[in-house]
Amino acid sequence: MQQVMLKFSERVTFSLRALYERFGYSQYKMSKFEEYDLYARNKDFLISDSVITFTDTNGKLMALKPDVTLSIVKNSKDDTDGVQKVYYNENVYRVAKGSHAFKEIMQIGLECLGNIDDYCICEVLTLAMQSLKAISPACILDVSHVGLLSEFIDSMGIPAEEKPRLFQYISEKNTHELRAALEGAGVRAEAINVLCTLANTSGTCKDVLPVLSPLLSHLPSWQSFEQVVCALPDDDMLRIDFSVVDNIHYYNGFVFKGFIDGLPTGVLSGGQYDKLMEKMKRKSRAIGFALYTDQLERLDTAVNAFDVDTVLLYEDGTPIQEIRRHVQSLTDAGQHVLAQRDIPATVRYKQLLKLSNGEVTVLENHA
Amino acid sequence: MKTMLNVALPKGRLGEKVYAMFERAGFECPSIRENSRKLIFENVDCGVRYFWVKPSDVAIYVERGAADIGVAGKDILLEYEPDIYELLDLNMGKCRMAVAAKNGFRDDPNRTLRVATKFTNIAGQYYLSKGRDIDIIHLNGSIEIAPILGLSDVIVDIVETGTTLKENDLSVIETIVPISARLIANKSGYKFKKQQIDEVVRELAAQTEA
Repeated sequence: MQQVMLKFSERVTFSLRALYERFGYSQYKMSKFEEYDLYARNKDFLISDSVITFTDTNGKLMALKPDVTLSIVKNSKDDTDGVQKVYYNENVYRVAKGSHAFKEIMQIGLECLGNIDDYCICEVLTLAMQSLKAISPACILDVSHVGLLSEFIDSMGIPAEEKPRLFQYISEKNTHELRAALEGAGVRAEAINVLCTLANTSGTCKDVLPVLSPLLSHLPSWQSFEQVVCALPDDDMLRIDFSVVDNIHYYNGFVFKGFIDGLPTGVLSGGQYDKLMEKMKRKSRAIGFALYTDQLERLDTAVNAFDVDTVLLYEDGTPIQEIRRHVQSLTDAGQHVLAQRDIPATVRYKQLLKLSNGEVTVLENHA
Repeated sequence: MKTMLNVALPKGRLGEKVYAMFERAGFECPSIRENSRKLIFENVDCGVRYFWVKPSDVAIYVERGAADIGVAGKDILLEYEPDIYELLDLNMGKCRMAVAAKNGFRDDPNRTLRVATKFTNIAGQYYLSKGRDIDIIHLNGSIEIAPILGLSDVIVDIVETGTTLKENDLSVIETIVPISARLIANKSGYKFKKQQIDEVVRELAAQTEA
């Protein structure tokens, strides 16, 4: 029977672990539980703010992890000289959007913490690209920079409280409402056009950089942005798309999202979260990403026509050793065997054998 | 063979108008005009597949990737906040989300305001932004009857001409947001069918601006 024992998501997980280890990332193993207080203080960072909690035997309010990054930051050393590179493969527990029920979500990802320089950022982005490619060649990594967007919006003189609404429009590529909001705020037409261009732009580096450079090169973050994206592998799967806007209270620089053809939502999400580090009283910087492997089951199109190769029926009173001997000879021949007394109602099998009085007869053969 | 672009259209008059726009834009599918009970129609030559769905479900079909693009009212987008791209305001199906009350109603800020609505998220966010304490009553239809029977003080609902309100001795007291039909796209689908979707946006935009 040509049966692939590992699921597609499991095979991807193995190859990603090997990939991350090749780049010096070591596995970070953590407890399933964390003190609830950590999440209560950083609720805005969480994708869903519902958390499964319970009281531990010592009276502490604990939670099943809804997020991995917060735990890694909390438990890591605040190292402003060196760099810590870790990867994880953990379950998190969240309320799925649109439902009122908690879901266990498997994710694999990595974090790079410490004295982060442009090389570290470039390496993490490259690993994000390679992670997507390990899943499917039909993939895209959208790269954006919330620092650049913020600097440009600040230069328009927009009040800070208006920023989240503008970021929302940009994330939706909703240029009609973005334009109306900016016109309402009295922003110059030229600046409005630039921001609408940023929201709409999506393309490869060689297509997009010549368009953006004249518009953004005066901003402090431009040089680093350009330097990093130009150092990334020249690949059409890499797109610059400023509609990738993550939580601006936590992310400050590069943010990125990965997509696979055939999956309706992004499978990979990451960015630089120096603001989260600051909020958690850290002096060091950080960047990382998570890949949601639970979504990958939709790509696993391999469907087995049969559940087992052989069903071996035996009668009451048949000596156990005799049944075991026949099962053993079939499994030794590489077959998947289900031995039982009655014909299973829902199992699809290639052949049905019957063991009776020491003799095996073929009752059905669908091979 | 062309990659098929899946388009979710809202059943009803608005959907028919929207399809006419697609048709004028060169994405015709003659079988859709045939009188049948079919729900899915495709034109392989144009690389387009249309399907009729309940208007309030369009955003779900698009967000979940069953459709690459679709047309949904802004009311649905504000209420359900799907993670999609909103690429174009089609400037059709225009109306407004408004607060209405019985004629002569005076809001007493010392009392919790009872609000009957189908749009609990929009109503909740609107009053939260005003810092007003409210009691939301979720109804699925005939919202206008709620203040008349004393079930609520006000309603939050879509108002097109205001005739129904007028006939029931109600009137608009505040406009929350203008509503119209929007062209939306699945975020992942947009990445892999960008050229086709951009072409649709360009052609439809030319019609809305005309």
